[in-house]
Amino acid sequence: MRKTKSIALGIALAVGTVSATGAMAATTLENVKEKGHLQCGVTSGLPGFSQPDEKGNWTGIDVDTCRAVAAAIFGDANAVEFTPLTAKERFTALQSGEIDMLSRNTTWTLTRDASLGLNFAGVNYYDGQGFLINKGIGVDDATQLDGATICIQAGTTTELNLSDYFRAKGMEFKPIVFDTSEQTVQGFAAGRCDVLTSDRSQLAALRSKLSDPSSAKILPNTISKEPLGPVVRQGDDQWFNIVKWVLSVQINAEELGVTSANADDMLKSDNPNIQRLLGTDGDMGAKLGLPDDFGYQAVKLVGNYGEMYDRNVGPDTPLGLDRGINALWTEGGIMYAPPVR
Amino acid sequence: MKKQTIDTRPAGPKPWYDPRVRSLFFQAIAIALVFWGGWILVDNTLSNMESRGISTGFGFLGETAGFGIIMNLVPYDATMSYGRTFWVGLTNTLLVSAMGVVAATILGFIIGVARLSSNWLVAKMALVYIEVIRNIPLLLQIFFWYFAVLSNLPSPRQSVDVGGALFLNNRGLYLPDPVTQEGFGIVWGGILLAIAAVVGIRIWAKKRQLATGQIFPTFKVGVAILVLVPIISYLVAGRPLEWDLPALRGFNFGGGITIIPELAALWIALSLYTASFIAEIVRSGILSVSKGQTEASKALGLPNGLTLRLVVIPQAMRVIIPPLTSQYLNLVKNSSLATAIGYPDLVAVFMGTTLNQTGQAVEVVAITMAVYLTISLLISLFMNIYNRAVAIKER
Repeated sequence: MRKTKSIALGIALAVGTVSATGAMAATTLENVKEKGHLQCGVTSGLPGFSQPDEKGNWTGIDVDTCRAVAAAIFGDANAVEFTPLTAKERFTALQSGEIDMLSRNTTWTLTRDASLGLNFAGVNYYDGQGFLINKGIGVDDATQLDGATICIQAGTTTELNLSDYFRAKGMEFKPIVFDTSEQTVQGFAAGRCDVLTSDRSQLAALRSKLSDPSSAKILPNTISKEPLGPVVRQGDDQWFNIVKWVLSVQINAEELGVTSANADDMLKSDNPNIQRLLGTDGDMGAKLGLPDDFGYQAVKLVGNYGEMYDRNVGPDTPLGLDRGINALWTEGGIMYAPPVR
Repeated sequence: MKKQTIDTRPAGPKPWYDPRVRSLFFQAIAIALVFWGGWILVDNTLSNMESRGISTGFGFLGETAGFGIIMNLVPYDATMSYGRTFWVGLTNTLLVSAMGVVAATILGFIIGVARLSSNWLVAKMALVYIEVIRNIPLLLQIFFWYFAVLSNLPSPRQSVDVGGALFLNNRGLYLPDPVTQEGFGIVWGGILLAIAAVVGIRIWAKKRQLATGQIFPTFKVGVAILVLVPIISYLVAGRPLEWDLPALRGFNFGGGITIIPELAALWIALSLYTASFIAEIVRSGILSVSKGQTEASKALGLPNGLTLRLVVIPQAMRVIIPPLTSQYLNLVKNSSLATAIGYPDLVAVFMGTTLNQTGQAVEVVAITMAVYLTISLLISLFMNIYNRAVAIKER
């Protein structure tokens, strides 16, 4: 699967001069409009972020990030097709043009931003890496993990953070690297490793997948910064701006108190910030190459950032994650979007 | 007469009608097309990658890798380079492939011969083995051994303990690690001496048999020498060997040699699977030797074992070697399924983590394909040399 993807990239890059020059002429936005839908890369199943429900509809905060972009372009939050990708496949799929945007809880790092031909278009979840341990090993803190066997998913920044952390603490560990997060949990459940490491937002979900969740616990330590967000190809600034500003509009909408429920009423608002946000004043959409009401469509059809959060990962969901640092900057968090003006 | 014929022929065709010139011309065009196509591919790839802002080149091989690998035959830690992760992956691939080739060959020959046994039960058991194993996908078998068998071994604290030196649990098989002390050179000398002596005895015994017809028990004497001489030299040198015993430290075993379950599962599955194919190849090879050969051998008074070893197998090898080569190639390539259970082979480490951390997909995939191609061509080369050695010598 991964091999085919990489080879497909090779072929796409090798044979694609003619079509590439053609593709350069047609922007991503034009391509998406012509196709009639947005092609969005997501995980192959991660509760709260991107996972198909029992009816086969994709749900999750990453999925909603894509839906908001589709709503902004087409006025239809369902004009999206999702491509499930493993951690190892994701960048290749985006580079080769198989998907239009990647929204797959992907950590923003310098190397990825600078050398992969990709751009990170913002942050839709601030995460950090933690540890899930088997209670039987009797450990309360990550500093006691010397000599532990650790299950981990291949191709993630977690692999590097883990190494850095143990090296800095002068501790040893044995990594067991699996391809998918399901196999990682399976390995942990089978007792192949003492510890499972991943982003903290995922640990709760992975723990709930165990046959006996009470046999495992999450350690208090957070060992890294993991700003997760949508990614686009480099070289198409218009598309980059669209993805970036749709997410910003959702965050601004929460700040201004605009929700999917009151969006229609807010159209009559005389607050100039809200007017610009919803497109009743100015030509914000036209500047991006979108309809002027793109903000209204995104918020009306998908919701503001807070709704997106509460619906997928918030306290009332199985993940039960508090807003924490993902709260708005006005409420003690660091979620902050540049102004729409 | 002859001379006249040549003389009367026209001065030779025009160059464009000359078949030799024509074939050279078209071959040159074909080669030029191939090179042109190759150049187009490479050039396109590079310019497309550049226009998309993807960095190219092999400079990444010198950068610090920064991730851990559970099993390394060459020294490795996270501070070493991506280039080193390539060697770690490659040696792990070669290890499991070599172990698999040896085990599959031995098992395959035994089962192949058993399949032809005159004992009904033995023959049918071999048949059932072959039909069951070779008709189940290899990946399923790997999962079976890994998740259904090896994961169900006890946890480290309830390890199966053999004499306090050997431990078996779901984290692997832990063996004592021999640590050579000063003076171990004497033991190495003893081992070399023993091997030389056995080779010498074999040559001498063969000569004597040809001269006098007397058979010398080379095998028994050889085994005795190979066992006794190193032991004696070990005692003479003052037992220069200490064992690093595995012991439970914290929540895992430390020290000693570890055979991780990923390696064991992959090795078992690859060996059993390939053995079932080799068994059929061996059977067809043996059946290809005409019955007259066996009967002639029996008529000369050779017992069953010698008939098989001296008459049937050498002739069967000519049929067996070429398809056997294909099986070896399959085994090496199938070892890349390692990535499914987390065994750190070339595909999992280099084409997996390294590719993903660096993003250099085209380079990494190209290197990986070149490696598998090289390994496969080398195996073919050696098997062809061996094949030539056992092939019928036309005299």
